[in-house]
Amino acid sequence: MSMMSVPRFWRNTKARYRMIGRRCRRCGQVYFPPRNLCRRCRRRGELEEVQLSGRGEVYSFTVIRTPPVGFERSAPYVMALVKLEEGAMVTAQLADVEPEEVRIGMKVRSVFRKIQEDGEAGLIYYGFKFVPEDEYDVQGE
Amino acid sequence: MKRVAVIGVGLTKFGELWDASFSQLFVEAGTQAIEDAGIDGSDVDALYVGNMSGGRFIDQEHISCLIADYAGLTPIPATRVEAACASGGLAIRQGVMAILSGMHEVVVVGGVEKMTDLSTERTTQTLATASDSEWEAFMGMTFPGLYAMMARRHMHEYGTTREQLAMVAVKNHENAMHNPYAQFHVRISVEQVLRSPLVADPLRLLDCSPITDGAACVVLASEERAREFTDSPVYITGSGQASSSIALHSRESVTFVDATYNAGREAYARAKRSPGEIQVAEVHDAFTIGEILAIEALGLVERGSGGRATEEGETAIGGRIPVNTSGGLKAKGHPVGATGVAQVVEVVLQLRGEAGGRQVDADIGLTHNVGGSGGTAVVHILER
Repeated sequence: MSMMSVPRFWRNTKARYRMIGRRCRRCGQVYFPPRNLCRRCRRRGELEEVQLSGRGEVYSFTVIRTPPVGFERSAPYVMALVKLEEGAMVTAQLADVEPEEVRIGMKVRSVFRKIQEDGEAGLIYYGFKFVPEDEYDVQGE
Repeated sequence: MKRVAVIGVGLTKFGELWDASFSQLFVEAGTQAIEDAGIDGSDVDALYVGNMSGGRFIDQEHISCLIADYAGLTPIPATRVEAACASGGLAIRQGVMAILSGMHEVVVVGGVEKMTDLSTERTTQTLATASDSEWEAFMGMTFPGLYAMMARRHMHEYGTTREQLAMVAVKNHENAMHNPYAQFHVRISVEQVLRSPLVADPLRLLDCSPITDGAACVVLASEERAREFTDSPVYITGSGQASSSIALHSRESVTFVDATYNAGREAYARAKRSPGEIQVAEVHDAFTIGEILAIEALGLVERGSGGRATEEGETAIGGRIPVNTSGGLKAKGHPVGATGVAQVVEVVLQLRGEAGGRQVDADIGLTHNVGGSGGTAVVHILER
């Protein structure tokens, strides 16, 4: 896995745990993952927090067969570009779905899951994955 | 822009070079380039070296000083340039700009990477640092995975076929048969590509460039100074570089590499050339889909038609626009920091008529080097 210290992870927990992104008040562009500067308006922009719905669709996807360190137990797993209904695109794992069932355009929704763990005694990192829209939601909204 | 002469080139064998160290690789390529140029080390004003990750691959930073030291070039200024897999191409551009600025007259530009001292897992992990570490790699994404998603979307939008992707690898392996410096000297078939293990669907092992040790080097000189050493240099007539979002998910398009387009546009404008005038091209085929995306964004083929152009033999030696005559990253090998420099070496050999069994008839060539999944691109145009 990439080098993820506790503070580095903690800095982004709003986005990782609750899918809170940023929106530019000036141009309306939504950023997720969040940014600190609107890349269209730059200094003239003004970013505010925005709660994303977590709904979107699969824009493209792959099945990771040769996993990176930290994901060996998950492989093979589906990774996707998910286009959120607010317009931003994000890279995330698709869960609770067989690789053969995934299609471009498939409607998905975000769920809160374990992303990876830092060895047996290390930190467990949680965050969002996506499941097919009609799947049972473990968060129980 | 004013032309910059390439007066010498050098290359090591590419491959798993267990007995060669990092500095040894650079010295071998550098010595060749300086001999080829017919200059002496004391003629060199400055050194630029492309290297992606000495820190992670061999636990060595401060590469520029190490190289100048072992090449016996101290005390000239030595500068390392890094932009992941585009490090070498950017080093070339820094050398070009150093000469065009008037600051230096003779510049050595090298690229080097020593990748096989690390386990495959650690090497893969290091390559993934070229992506957005927090929002791609951390989520479980790999480098082949990013290109796989581009491939899937390209197939979806343009009807590019799995076989057409394979044909890129087949062609580049065929070209490498005639390149003594290439890592692989083995012909492969479309069927073999399609039977090779899946790495990240739809990409398979034989869609991916290998892990490679190697170095490449060129000697650049101002046009005036070059005349002292050679009557027939190859000239760099255009240079372009562009950036885009580091993460694939933040880009305008997944199937059109805007950094490549923008770098190409700048290079064509500076050289006063158009895509239709290019006669040979070395492009960044770290994955087979990479070559298709490259030839489209560079305007060498119509947008969306890269797969079909490959299938119809347009990019083969003997075709309308031969691409990756060296074997490309796929078959020549991809020592990341060296790749962009090695591309220039290949085009220089082609324009000089020294490319042996893979020789094409060309006076104008192009090199195209990408960092990450398209966050950086650099393009050079060379003419004789």
